[in-house]
Amino acid sequence: MKKIYVFKVFERFWHWSQALLIITLLISGFEIHGSYNLLGFATATDIHEICAWSLVGLWIFAIFWHIVTGEWRQYIPTLDRVNAIMNYYILGILKKEVHHPYRVTRLHKHNPLQILAYIFILLIVGPVIWLSGWFYILYEYWPIFGLENLSLKLVATAHLLGAYAMLLFLIVHIYLITTGHTLWAHLKAMITGYDEA
Amino acid sequence: MKKYILFLMVFLWIIPSYAETTIDSTADHSKFEELDRVFTDATQITEACLSCHTESAKQIHKTTHWNWQYINPQTQQKLGKKNIFNNFCISPTSNYTFCASCHIGYGFKDESFDFSSQNNVDCLACHDTTATYKKLPGFSGHPLYEALTKNGKIIQPPDLTLIAKNVGKTSRATCGACHFYGGGGNAVKHGDLDSSLKDPNYALDVHMDKKGLDFNCAECHTSDNHNISGSRYNITAKDNKKAIIKGQKTNRTKSTCQACHSNNPHDTSRLNNHSKKIACQTCHIPTYARGGIQTKMTWDWSTAGKLDKSGKPITIKDSGGRNAYLSKKGDFSWDSYVIPEYRWFNGKVKFIEKKEKIDPTKTVSINKFYGSYDDGKSKIWPLKIFRGKQPYDKKYLHLLIPHTAGKDDSAFWGNYDWEKSFKFGADVSGVKYSGEYDFATTQMSWPITHMVAPKYDALDCKQCHRENSRLKNIKGVYMPAAHNIKWLDNIMTIIVLLTLGGVFIHGFIRLFLFYKRDKK
Repeated sequence: MKKIYVFKVFERFWHWSQALLIITLLISGFEIHGSYNLLGFATATDIHEICAWSLVGLWIFAIFWHIVTGEWRQYIPTLDRVNAIMNYYILGILKKEVHHPYRVTRLHKHNPLQILAYIFILLIVGPVIWLSGWFYILYEYWPIFGLENLSLKLVATAHLLGAYAMLLFLIVHIYLITTGHTLWAHLKAMITGYDEA
Repeated sequence: MKKYILFLMVFLWIIPSYAETTIDSTADHSKFEELDRVFTDATQITEACLSCHTESAKQIHKTTHWNWQYINPQTQQKLGKKNIFNNFCISPTSNYTFCASCHIGYGFKDESFDFSSQNNVDCLACHDTTATYKKLPGFSGHPLYEALTKNGKIIQPPDLTLIAKNVGKTSRATCGACHFYGGGGNAVKHGDLDSSLKDPNYALDVHMDKKGLDFNCAECHTSDNHNISGSRYNITAKDNKKAIIKGQKTNRTKSTCQACHSNNPHDTSRLNNHSKKIACQTCHIPTYARGGIQTKMTWDWSTAGKLDKSGKPITIKDSGGRNAYLSKKGDFSWDSYVIPEYRWFNGKVKFIEKKEKIDPTKTVSINKFYGSYDDGKSKIWPLKIFRGKQPYDKKYLHLLIPHTAGKDDSAFWGNYDWEKSFKFGADVSGVKYSGEYDFATTQMSWPITHMVAPKYDALDCKQCHRENSRLKNIKGVYMPAAHNIKWLDNIMTIIVLLTLGGVFIHGFIRLFLFYKRDKK
């Protein structure tokens, strides 16, 4: 086994702070939605708003970093071996002799299925949450932009659907942590930056 | 010991006589020669008042308090006590000798009352400071001049000379003498006005708090030449203006919250944003009738008139000791700490008029509150909606005016005969009675605006932001957590659970195989 340095400091910082923010947003968001009582409505609203703006800030840094370092190329989608990877995660992983059809390298730190998932989050779920979230947060200014007739219910529902999609992603994402060559290999990689490939 | 008590009594008696009276004015009315006399009739006091306050009666003559008449500039409806119905005592018309105990005049016994008489103006009803001036029902607005025995109790007439010498500014007590007792008793009518506001604490009303700001009614209900602001007929439901600055030239009155607080009084823009659509009162008066006195919620006239075997009227008390049934008036229910009902309201109110046709198969609105979420003029307001049953004419289909109070043979409260009562009422009011009557279900709305609670008692978010909240009847707005699309939540929850389940099952299989492999 050979250790390769996959995740740089910024990436790991980005990942973990984003994880924290998204989980907090989910917890507070579903409370605002009325799914349960945990923090209290007012506190949940405040926390949700603070986390939302923090995430915006974090993303500005992340986008800047990806452009400057050229790491954005990591997210160029491909269908190469996607079916094989899917088969591996569902069935192949159950058999000892079957190995992951894709090997992570420094230049390609995400497998194609992973890229597709991230692209889906980036291009579909993300915009839905971001846009609806901004409309939501700026509700009091709607009249200034002539948006009195925009439906808050529509905005809120879009935001909610985005949140559910994010929650689904999170569940699967967390499970897939355990699918490295050992149960904790992926987690270790995201903490130390080194993947044993 | 005896000596000590005697000393104490003398001592306690001496203290007040040494206490210096401070007068909040440049005129000490107790030194006025005009008032240093015996008054045999209250109009003599008014005459004395007018000898200095030359314009006051003429000002009074222009007010709703005097005329019991008001033209609503929005609807052009002729309102005022003389013209409107309510579903409490129904109408003062034909009952003036009783009802006029709350008229600021002397001698209003019927329509022939001289509204142009200056001496008939009652200055004391509002300007008494001794808390001894009282006007009993049945004397057409006059105070007692001789002692009266009622129910075995002797009621002494007020000392008019003492009262006249101690006139001063209006107070919660003087306004409250009528406004706390509307509808035939303490707390009956409004729900947010009752005698507990005479000396309220901070929790009951932050502004009138006796130990705090100690506002009098006139602090907000500012007046212009005796014309008091803050009309219930023509309500300012949405005041978009900024707070009035002292000295600012304006014709606005102080009888809105915004007149002092503006529309942005909160620390956070989220709360201020709420005030665009929600009246301050909605959050800041979480419940009404909080002063320990229950307010009347329903009044069913249709059961009135039952007598016991010996032909005497019946009184039934409820568990709280309030009248649940009176032969004179019918069935009642009472409540305290009442959660208001909420409506979009834009300030426009339309009253049912005399002789107006009603549909007795439906609930008749005595006063209709207008408003909607999209008219740009409405806010969500808290209301007390008073419900009851009251008589209407089956042939003419209009509400009837019963003659209830009086010493004559037709008054319902004397002989319990509706026929005579309606005939008398029809003769006096001109609202015809065909001979056939029944009782219609009616409701009347009262805006809740007093008993402003401390901010820590204001509504919590969850009072509205949840399903089946206080605002469940409010249409046209989307409130997070209150108006969720249930089927969507159900579907998404199922998908989430399936995903979780799938992940767990897959994980277990892997664990199981891993374990088996390990054993080999």
